[in-house]
Parts: sequence; C-alpha cells; structure tokens
Amino acid sequence: MSDAMEQILDTSEDTQKGKFLTFMVGKEEYAIEIKYVTEIIGGIQAITEVPEVPNYIRGIINLRGKIIPVMDVNIRFKKEPKPYGDRTCITVIDIDDLSVGLIVDNVAEVLSINDENIVPPPDIKAGFHNRYIKGIGKVGSTVKLILDCNLLLGEEDLESLSETA
Amino acid sequence: MDSDTGRDPILDIFIYETLLLSNQLEQLVLNSEKTNSFETADINEIFRIMHTIKGSAAMMLFNGIADIAHAMEDLFDYLRESESLDVNYSKLCDFVLEGIDFIKGEVAKIESNQGTEGNPGNLVEEIHGYLASLKSTNDILSSAVIPPGSDSPISFEDLLYTHESTVRPLDTIILPENSFSAVIFFEDGCEMENIRAFNVIYKLEELAQVSEYFPPDIDDNDSIDIIRRDGFKIHFNTEKNRDEMEKFFLNMAFVESLEMAELEEGSGELNIQEADQQMNQICDLNDNSVVKADKEVDINTTAAIKQKMISVQLNKLDKLLDLVGELVISETMVTRNPDLADIQGLDNFSKASRQHRKVINEIQDIVMSIRMVPLAGTFQKMNRIVRDMSRKLGKQVELEIRGEETEVDKNIIEHLSDPLMHLIRNAVDHGIEAETERAAKEKPVSGKIKLEARSEGGDVWITIKDDGGGLNKDKILSRALEHGLINNAENELSDQEIYSFILLPGFSTNTEVTEFSGRGVGMDVVARNIEDIGGSVYVDSAIDLGTTVSLKIPLTLAIIDGMGIKVGSSVYTVPITSIRESFKAKENEAFSDPDGNEMIMVRGECYPILRLHEHFKIQTTVHDIHDGIIMMVETDNRCTCLLADELLGEQQVVVKALPKYLKKIKGIGGCTLLGDGRSSLILDIAGLVNY
Repeated sequence: MSDAMEQILDTSEDTQKGKFLTFMVGKEEYAIEIKYVTEIIGGIQAITEVPEVPNYIRGIINLRGKIIPVMDVNIRFKKEPKPYGDRTCITVIDIDDLSVGLIVDNVAEVLSINDENIVPPPDIKAGFHNRYIKGIGKVGSTVKLILDCNLLLGEEDLESLSETA
Repeated sequence: MDSDTGRDPILDIFIYETLLLSNQLEQLVLNSEKTNSFETADINEIFRIMHTIKGSAAMMLFNGIADIAHAMEDLFDYLRESESLDVNYSKLCDFVLEGIDFIKGEVAKIESNQGTEGNPGNLVEEIHGYLASLKSTNDILSSAVIPPGSDSPISFEDLLYTHESTVRPLDTIILPENSFSAVIFFEDGCEMENIRAFNVIYKLEELAQVSEYFPPDIDDNDSIDIIRRDGFKIHFNTEKNRDEMEKFFLNMAFVESLEMAELEEGSGELNIQEADQQMNQICDLNDNSVVKADKEVDINTTAAIKQKMISVQLNKLDKLLDLVGELVISETMVTRNPDLADIQGLDNFSKASRQHRKVINEIQDIVMSIRMVPLAGTFQKMNRIVRDMSRKLGKQVELEIRGEETEVDKNIIEHLSDPLMHLIRNAVDHGIEAETERAAKEKPVSGKIKLEARSEGGDVWITIKDDGGGLNKDKILSRALEHGLINNAENELSDQEIYSFILLPGFSTNTEVTEFSGRGVGMDVVARNIEDIGGSVYVDSAIDLGTTVSLKIPLTLAIIDGMGIKVGSSVYTVPITSIRESFKAKENEAFSDPDGNEMIMVRGECYPILRLHEHFKIQTTVHDIHDGIIMMVETDNRCTCLLADELLGEQQVVVKALPKYLKKIKGIGGCTLLGDGRSSLILDIAGLVNY
C-alpha cells in the first residue's frame, strides 16, 4: 500500500522533472522549475501596499484567505516598471512553505529542457545581473534564463534591504 | 484522521483523562494539605479518582500506573472506612503527590511514544508499609490478620480476602477446587465481543476447567448483542483463589468490569438465571461485593460526566476559525454584491441576509468562546511549585490566587505556563527572604505571593506580587554597567528602566546558582515568551516591600475589533482598544516646534501628531491637518494623534500574520481581509508610537 503510494509520488516527481514554466520579463524569456509553481493567477487583483519594504515588493494579496506577498520581477531585475495589462499575471511559487507571488509580463508555456541542454551562466561580474540565474537552457534556437528561486527570494538581499529601510 | 499522531484513539482518551484526573487530584491534595485534614468527601473523591485511573490503566495494560493507583486506592479505602484516625497528613500528601508525579511521568512517556514503563515498586511498597503501620496502630483487629514477615507486600484487598476466608474456612480448606461464576462486561465500542469472549475462554482454559458459558454460541455473530447487553457469563472450577482469578480477568484486553461469585460445591451445573440470583444474594451478604458494586456506580457516573466534555484537536478548531473568518467575508461579498446595487425592491433579500448575518455572528462568537479557556488550570499548577519549593528551601510561602476564572485564548494559555513558572520560582527563591531574615525585618514569618488575573479592555493583566526583599537597584545598576548596557547618565534612568534591565538575556543578580534559578536564563525568556504572544512585561519593586511583575497579554490573537481608516488608497485597521477618540481638527489648532515636530492642543493638553501618510510614505491628497481626521491612540499611558484621510467604520477582523517573507515591519502588527476581499494592514500602535 505505502509502496504503491511512494511509486505514485515518485512518478509525479518524475513528471515534473525537467519541466519549466517560461515567462517574459522585458525582452528576455525566463524559466522556473515547475515544481515550485503552485498556481497562476490571471490578471492583477487588488494589491495592498505595505510600507517599509523594498520597491519590488508591491504589497500583499489575498489568495483564498491566505495572505502572500507579491514581487514585481521587472523591478527586481532593475528594469523599467511596466504598467500592468491583460497579459500580466501573478505566478505563485512555493519554496520551503514560503509562498510568494511573482508579477510577470506574461506566461509563455511549459516546456521540457533536458539536463544536457542546460549550461551554466557566463562568469561575468560587472554589468550583468546574473546572480539570480542558475543556468541557461537551450530550446531550439532560443535560450531561456533559468531562475534560481531561492536566490530570487534570497535572505541576504532581504537583510541588506531591511538595513536600508 | 482521528489524530495527528496516528495513535489509537482510546490511548488518546486515556492520556487526556488521566492527566485531567491527576491534576484534579493534585489540587485536592494541596487544598487538603493547607487545612491539614482530609474531609470525608475529599477522601472519597481521591479514592474515586484513584479507582478510575487504576481501572483505565489496567485496561490499557499500563501496569506501573495501575499498581500505584491500586496501592493508593487501598490506602484511601482504608482511610475512608476507619474514621478519625491519627494520620500524619503531610506524609500522606507526600505519598499521593509522589504517586501523581509518577503517573504523570508515565503518561508523558506514553504520550511521546517512548513506552518505557518505569517501576513504581518502591513507592508501592512504601505505601503498603505505611498502610500496614497505620493499621497496626489504629486497628488492632486487622493488624492481627497481617501475617508477620510476609515477603510480598500485602494489599488491603488481600487482607480483606484473608479476613473473608477466616469467616468461611471450610470452603477453602476442604474443597481442592473453587467453583466460580463470572460475568464479564466488555468496553463499549470494543467491537467483536464474541471473539473477545472466545479469547477469554481460551486463556481461561489454561488455568481452570470451564464448565459452562453463556451465550454458548460465541462463534455466531448474533451472540454479540447478548454479550453487550447481559455480559458474558462463565462457570469454571479452578485451584486458584478468587483474587488471582479476578486479576486474570481484569488483565484481559477490553474487559471493562467483572462480577464474580463463588459457587457452592456441586452447583457448577446451575443454570445461568439461578447463578445470577445467587450472585445477587452474595452481593447483598458480602460487604466487599457491595463495595465493588459501589465502584461500578462510580464508573457509571464518571461516564456520564465524560459525555459532557469532548476533547478536540486544536488544529481542527483553528481551521474552523479560519473558515468562519472566510464565511464572514464571503457573506459580505454576497450581500453587498455590486450587482445588487441596481436592483430595486430587495426587501425580502435584505431581510434574509440580515438573518444570515446574525447567525454568522453567533457562529463566530461561539467559535471564539470554544477557544477561550480559564486560567485556573495554569494557575493551579503554581500551587504545587510553591509547595515543593518552599519545602525544599525551608521557607514558609503562601500563594494567593485571584481571578483564575479569567478566560484567555487557548493559544495564549499555552505560552503562559512557562513564564509564570519562572516568575513564581523567582519569587519564592529570590523574592521571599529566609525566615530569620524576615523575622529580623519584623515581617510575618510566612511569605506571601499573590497571583492575580484580571481583564481590562482587550487585555488580560496577570500580576505576580511577592512581599519579599525587593530588587536591589544598585546591584542591577552595577551589573548593567558591567555589561555596558547603560549609555545615558545613571541619574537619567527611571526606576522602571532600571528594573527592566533584568529582562535582558544573561542578566542575573544572583551570584549563586541554585536548583531552581540563578542561571541568568529566566527573566529574558519570560520577556521573550510574553512578547511573542503580543504582550509586555512590567517590573516594579520596592526594597523590603517586595516585587511586582505584571504581564499584559492580549485576550486573543485571532479576532479584534478594528476601526478602518483610509490613507491615500490604502486601508489600515486600528485596534479599537487603543483608540481614545477621533475628531476633526479645526484650522490653526495644530502647531509645530522649531524642529518641525507637529503637535495639537486638546483640552489643555498637548499631544504629538504623526502623519500616517508621511510615516508610511503613501501618496495622498490630504495634506492639511484640518482636512483629514485625527485619531488619538493610547499605548502604555502615552497618547499620540494619528492623521488619516478618513474614517471608514468599525468592524471585527480576523488577524493574520504578515507573510514571513516580509519580516517584521515596525508599526504593522499583522494584516486582515476586508469584506471586499482586499487585505488591510493592522497598525501596531505601540510600535508606531515608540518609533
């Protein structure tokens, strides 16, 4: 009985492995591992602003009784903030029981990227915001920047922010 | 589904009940100890509790607990039957308390699934020894019955049976085999009674010759009902004596009660009805059986009490609370739906929705009240601590408890026990002076600690007041200097500020480490625990008059009455309890000092103004003080005026914590959901004002 359960769990792990959700931020296409994504909310709902937080945290939203913070990925990547439109949506990711909504321009698709098609990001320190990127995936002729969710929500960043606040 | 631990539900009930009973018992004993006598009613109660614990422990096969409960039951059984004994009450109390500690320890082990069963051996023997000595001094008759030099401890029931057998010596001496009839009742809801009965027969055949049992068709499922209703009846012959057989039956799994009777020789073939009659006769004649029957009645009454209380997993309640919160919101979403705005003639609809709202409000109140628990349980634990400590330290300390009926949220109670324990320990250990010292100070020899709870608005105040030596201000100051905690000049510190140094980590003025305190952990843990539940700690003291520690704790963490205010496009909620008044300021009423700090004069007093939109850096159109609304809020006896755009109205809100990701924001206590599904931030007035 429990063996069967484990098998089912294993397979569900397996089906998620190597799959990525891709979305546009600015001109680039980014990807996050699908296992972090819990849901995608189409359209922007009312966001309650919270004082004294970094500017990329737009505030908090009510997700069926649960309150989660939302982060504008555009601003997080130090790009020009864009007005929210029909295609803008909130991707809810869940890391270590921490739910955070990511505001992204639009969600493109879910696709598989094999391990061999993922290369480490180039080691350029200056002028390139690659610290949230853990790899670059090649899909056909295009490339997707694979985000490291832990670094995106990174502790170290938060601490330095609370100092400046 | 039944429990998170996946434990047997029966085990859960056992743990719950046994803990409840042992707490009750502890209280009883401590009360009796104060008056240095046991009321007859108390003795009966103690006996009853011990009997219940014994019964349920034996049922669950926790022999350690059962043994000790049995021994104590014997002791109190003797006490209640022999009146006006010369008993050393303090020794008696020690026995009972030790026994309770053992039982609690065992239950804790069972609860944490350790399962290792301690051996109560010594204590059981001590109790038996004590009982025997009681008897020998007080009851010459029964002391004659005790066989001297018996190597096994003799329980009171043993004695009774020995006594009994001297009355009817022929039965036991002439007959090599004893004939018994027994009626076994199984626990309610144990299911498959026929199989349990079969098991009993199977095991019994190892010890005895089973001559007959009823119902005879136990392999047929129809017999279950008969066994449930009338019990399972067995006739058997055995070489063992009655006591051993009784023990055997009660040790069988799921056996709840047993009626046993000895049969005359040759009556083994009696039909069941006759046997029943005979058993009744025997019960009438035999005092011991009457006691047994009494015990049965006791069990029944406890069962009746049991049904009025059920224990529920706290997380289920939490979920219920969440759902009720959601229900309130969705109700508003339905009844204030914008689609309804254009429709005319909604009389019936509004009537129905009013009714709906009323019911929901009631549900909300009930759910909240379920979570409210009186402080009595937590307070009464302190009695024991004071008793034990005062004995060990050789101090006379009296604990006075007041307002234990004050109710607070279950979540909060859980966090109160440890801090209170620390504070009471501190009071006994450091606060109250030694007797000689007290005598030298011309104080009453017996020290006094007052533990008091009272509710004030949305808060509960708990004060622990001792009449001991008080805090040594100079010592605290020098310690604080050593630790480099003082930046200002010493004379600028108020007494309150100096005393609150003891709440800092690692700050102990006690140079000696005792068993109870002095390690420098304690007060800081108290302060942290209380702050965690949104409360605060205040220390006040006077040399030779004593120390008072006051804890201010919120009534509940879950729901508050809030006032909605609008600042720019954001909605904030202010806890009603901290609002003193709201008003519109007239032009030119506000003024500012040379540093630009704004203030306002209200009824001859001057209050600072805090512009919320500036503080939270919110875009708003309201910049003039007389355009917005002034809300005067109070915390720790300090008042501040907040400037908001407008008041939105009062509402009950369900408090939710801010997402962990955002960390703690000063001035924001949490957030809540509004009727339209948006969320609103709840202001933490203390954090805002002290910013």
